[in-house]
Amino acid sequence: MSDTDLSPTGHEARWQGLTEALRKVLTSVGVILTTLIGLLVLTFVIGRMVPADPVLAILGDTFDQTAYDRVYQELGLDQPLYAQFFHYVQNILHLDFGQSNVTKSLVVDDLARVFPATVELAVLAICIGTLFGVPLGVISAVRRGTWVDHLARVVGLLGHSTPIFWLGTMVILIFYAMLGWIPGGGRIDLYNDGLVEGPTGMLILDAALAREWEVFRSALHHILAPALLLGYAAMAYLSRMSRSFMLEQLGQEYILTARAKGLAQPAIVWKHAFRNIRVQLLTVITLAFCGLLDGAVLIETVFGWPGLGQYLTAALFYADMNAVLGAVLLIGLISILINLLSDVVYRFVDPRTR
Amino acid sequence: MTMIHKNEGLRAWLLSEDFTSPRQARAHKAYVSWLRFSSNPLAFGGLLVVLLLVLAAVFAPWVATHDPLAQDFALALKPPSAEHWFGTDELGRDVYSRLVYGARTTLYIAILVTVIVGPIGFVIGAAAGYLGGWVDTVLMRVTDIFLAFPSLVLALAFSAALGAGIENAVIAIALTIWPPVARLVRAETLTFRKADFVVAAELQGASTPRILFRYIVPLCAPSVIVRLTLNMASIILTAAGLGFLGLGAQPPMPEWGAMAAQGRQYLLDAWWLTAVPGLAILLVSLAFNLLGDGLRDILDPKHV
Repeated sequence: MSDTDLSPTGHEARWQGLTEALRKVLTSVGVILTTLIGLLVLTFVIGRMVPADPVLAILGDTFDQTAYDRVYQELGLDQPLYAQFFHYVQNILHLDFGQSNVTKSLVVDDLARVFPATVELAVLAICIGTLFGVPLGVISAVRRGTWVDHLARVVGLLGHSTPIFWLGTMVILIFYAMLGWIPGGGRIDLYNDGLVEGPTGMLILDAALAREWEVFRSALHHILAPALLLGYAAMAYLSRMSRSFMLEQLGQEYILTARAKGLAQPAIVWKHAFRNIRVQLLTVITLAFCGLLDGAVLIETVFGWPGLGQYLTAALFYADMNAVLGAVLLIGLISILINLLSDVVYRFVDPRTR
Repeated sequence: MTMIHKNEGLRAWLLSEDFTSPRQARAHKAYVSWLRFSSNPLAFGGLLVVLLLVLAAVFAPWVATHDPLAQDFALALKPPSAEHWFGTDELGRDVYSRLVYGARTTLYIAILVTVIVGPIGFVIGAAAGYLGGWVDTVLMRVTDIFLAFPSLVLALAFSAALGAGIENAVIAIALTIWPPVARLVRAETLTFRKADFVVAAELQGASTPRILFRYIVPLCAPSVIVRLTLNMASIILTAAGLGFLGLGAQPPMPEWGAMAAQGRQYLLDAWWLTAVPGLAILLVSLAFNLLGDGLRDILDPKHV
């Protein structure tokens, strides 16, 4: 190398690498912190936009002026906005989301109760979406222009265009009401309900851990239809993305080299091209997971699945703002954490980012 | 005979590449784009459905066979027939006529959201991309915060805060749809920022707004138009989702999502109440997706 005089010595290089790494970590921590603060600002603003008087929501119809003033002060509404925001953040840091006006219990307890059901559903759905979507995308890229490709395109387009709440309702009509293949809703049959409690709150996992196979079967039977529907939406997106990633790779020169060497098609596709799209795939799978939370709100409502989504829509129905904001904050937090996770894994897996 | 001859003359004029006027060059470009677009049957089908939707919405009083709000309990929950093509609902209202008027609601939301979101996305994205520095950082951080939420959940939260209703649904959806548009405009702007013609304009002393609106925005327009068309599909789905949860247009105004939700209570006796509006949502959102894909092929050759 002719420019050795420009390259730093070993010690300097290591030092530089270290500060560079530190800088990157600090930047990403800063980004996450600002996003979190933004999340809090957003939910705070939404909470303040509500036209209903929060004092009246607590007191009801009968009260006198002194009671009104007392509650007004207790809620901190007499303080300036920044103080109110500070107070709000303080409460959230103490996991105090207030009390639900409907369930009359603390929102944080409600969330802890309904959250595992949504995790169970969403994780199963993303697994289904990935297991079917990615191979479909890869195959349609390899067999571009054939019937497989066209089929994948139709599946993807329909997945993008179908209102999932409607599809869920039609599935209930056909497979529950007409054919009786699936149960009518909820997480489990009545006579199996409550047989297995904890430790994860995810029924399928808990039942397997407790070796209650009857409960396990019932839980699996209940989750199948909603998970497949949610998974279908994720699959549509994932197959489209993996198709375009694969097409990009298959056009590269190293693929031509591999073909020239006489490598078999499966080796070229899976060992060479697919290996290079794994990192990109990871990113879109996390994106799909965040999008899936949207669908979960609707699917849970349709299938009576007692998760975060159903909790949110019920709270909306009763204008239970504490519960709404708690659920929205939790969903936003999950999205941020999942994106963070994909970022970390991305750095870990992709040698170019090291 | 002379007619055909005349037509061929026009065609030749449009297809000729020896332009005699700027007008001919523009007409040539538009015609060739149209030929490419109309040779794609899926995109053409999408366009047809969208046109049908627009016609149904505009001429709803003539297209509908009944008053969409007229109740008649004697006719409640009647299956599809020659008199009521898609049956009647629980209040005896004609589902077909409600569907036609529902096209107005759908189109109203989709157009209004697009009209709000387009300029916001342009201004924020172009400012962030062109100015760079802390403006870029701040604007993109704000965008990221909005993007951190799944869009329906954010729209739900805003609708809950603003109250149910069609205008509030429009605002709520617009608030969730603008970030990807701003991102796209920023990315496009970054590719043009250092281009020679922009630098030349800067050297001539053009003001920042002039550079943004005269040079950068027109170049971003094709990909943004494609994006906004594809967005129409997700706007329609989100609006239907809000309607389904009771947060969109309020009764008795016909809205497809709310119609499907209403029908769920009578699912076993009157499947058409849910099936028909849901199919309409599917068809229209599919049409916008196909139209957007077709437009991308002609407007945005980079992605082909």
